Amino acid sequence: MKQLKNYELRIMNCRKNKIIFIFPFVFFIWSLICFSETISSTELINSAKQYDGEEIDYKGEVIGDVMVRGRFAWINVNDGKNAIGIWLPQPLVKEISYAGSYKAKGDIVEVKGKFNRACIEHGGDLDIHAVSLQIVQKGENVDEVISPRKIKVAIAFLIICLTLTVIYFIKLGYGNRS
Amino acid sequence: MVLKPHLDDFKIIGYYLGKITIGIGLFMLIPIICALGFREVSPTFDFFIGIGVSFLCGFILTRICFTDKDLNWMQGMIVVSLSWLVATAIGAIPLYLSGHFKSYLDACFDAMSGFATTGLTLAQDIDHFSYAHNLWRHLIMFIGGQGIVIVALSLFVKGFSGAFKMYVGEARDERVLPNVIHTSRFIWLVSIIFLVLGTLALGITGLLNGMKAQNAFFHGACIFMAAFDTGGFAPQSQNILYYHNMTFETITIVIMILGAINFKLHYHLWTGNFKELFRNIEMRTFFVTIVITFIITAIGLHKLGIYQPAIVLFRKGFYQLISGHTGTGFQTIYAKQFIGGWNELSLTGVIFAMALGGAVCSTTGAIKMLRIGIIMKAVKEDIRRIMLPEKAIVVQRFHHVKNIFLEDKQVRAALLISLCYLLLYAAGALVGMFFGYPFVDSLFESTSAAANVGLSCGITDTAMPVFLKFTYIIQMWAGRLEFMSIFTLLGFLIAAIKGK
Repeated sequence: MKQLKNYELRIMNCRKNKIIFIFPFVFFIWSLICFSETISSTELINSAKQYDGEEIDYKGEVIGDVMVRGRFAWINVNDGKNAIGIWLPQPLVKEISYAGSYKAKGDIVEVKGKFNRACIEHGGDLDIHAVSLQIVQKGENVDEVISPRKIKVAIAFLIICLTLTVIYFIKLGYGNRS
Repeated sequence: MVLKPHLDDFKIIGYYLGKITIGIGLFMLIPIICALGFREVSPTFDFFIGIGVSFLCGFILTRICFTDKDLNWMQGMIVVSLSWLVATAIGAIPLYLSGHFKSYLDACFDAMSGFATTGLTLAQDIDHFSYAHNLWRHLIMFIGGQGIVIVALSLFVKGFSGAFKMYVGEARDERVLPNVIHTSRFIWLVSIIFLVLGTLALGITGLLNGMKAQNAFFHGACIFMAAFDTGGFAPQSQNILYYHNMTFETITIVIMILGAINFKLHYHLWTGNFKELFRNIEMRTFFVTIVITFIITAIGLHKLGIYQPAIVLFRKGFYQLISGHTGTGFQTIYAKQFIGGWNELSLTGVIFAMALGGAVCSTTGAIKMLRIGIIMKAVKEDIRRIMLPEKAIVVQRFHHVKNIFLEDKQVRAALLISLCYLLLYAAGALVGMFFGYPFVDSLFESTSAAANVGLSCGITDTAMPVFLKFTYIIQMWAGRLEFMSIFTLLGFLIAAIKGK
């Protein structure tokens, strides 16, 4: 009887271990299905024919302006190599709070939508018509980093320039008088 | 026997070079004002360093080489050719300090591309450029489009006979007004009036299309400078594709064409002589070549079937073509799409358009319409000569502001410069092929660089071989100055070494 109990216990432990192992695997597969791998801009541009009309995922930083056009909007998303225009319903862009510029790091977004090699609706542009947008990472304002060496060199040149300008005008004054 | 140049030659060249160097430095005050306006601290220091270097070099040169003598033809030509190299080296300093270039050579590449109104770029992460640096990239195209030397000298020279020599040296052999300084001031007046109108048109379009007001008008000014001076830089990495707007594209087409026509013609339009627009040989040739090259491109694109329906084909095909023909280099497609998406026939149409260029005395590069028109007239004259009896006197005329009889020396000059351009295109293509790039790609990029266009099929990249970068820099320089001042510089160097 005791042996039987031990046996059942071992089987239960084994099942438990299996579940522990299987659960992350199932979760991984599920996440692959739900959030399929993003495609880079280089791949999209170089193999535009292959992806034309396909549903794709694209991830990158929102740069420049969020351009609202009626019920839709244009954003440009740069994945570090190229920026691609994303045409999406206007409510989706409300989530975007930072667009990349000199003083800001834009929101990192992941868009899902239809890729067009030469969009008929938009005069042949290579673009993505997005149906969903997810903020992966919030952007932020970027503080300028100025190297102390740059400041010293600039000040040194400024002093030299001012001195030369003063000398030039003094000489010009003497020249005019003579 | 080759005569060794005198010390006086070096002094005169050095003196004017010094003045031009100071002039380039003064222009850096504009991005400094911009940087202060947008509270960009680091770029302010970058431009202070740039001004510092230019003032220091300029003062040293003007002190050591001080002279009150005027320039002769040779000296004028050498000053021009060297000025463009000096301007490139100085203009590249703030660009390099911005941190957006992998090397100083890359920054020099962009500076030469800007001054020569080409538009090829090696800049990294353009979407995060500061306003001040972006303004400088576009301003150097505006300065280069007007002619660096004349621009710099018109700042502090009231008028001197040497100015005409340098005006000619910068590939402007036509005077709009009797005095060169007045001519350059007229060019400035036209450019600034169009700058205000163009910035307003593009800015309002940007605003109506959802851009922020400050970005809309800043981009408007930058895009105007790039379009009117047929440059091709843009404030964003996607170039004109960033705006996703047909009105914006249409306005840039109008500005590109305005930039590609002769300033002399601008003067006639300015004074109400609109008939000249339809009678001028350059405008007629321009119209014919646009039609022919567009037909070639359109047939190529139609065969591919990539752009359907026809209006889409026209929008994409015509934009790249007119951008290439005017020597601007704006793109509404990605560089790699030229090679990956377009076929060889459509690319050939664009290459032909780039190789031909716009009008003389405009801001475009390449062979130019007047020369093409003259060569065509000469061909027509020769055919008529064969057809008519031997004793018949065959005379050919053309209209360029006034009626002119075609002479052999005009044909010879036109053919000579055209031949130089063709050799330059071929040389760049050979270098490209030497580094393993395919023939069409190499020819496309080489023609774009030498004709100061700026369209790219993807070869221009920071990873391309250093020798190829140098090749394109030399092509941009030679193409913009139309060879004569560069040949003079080479002759001067040979004389300095071998002369007695």
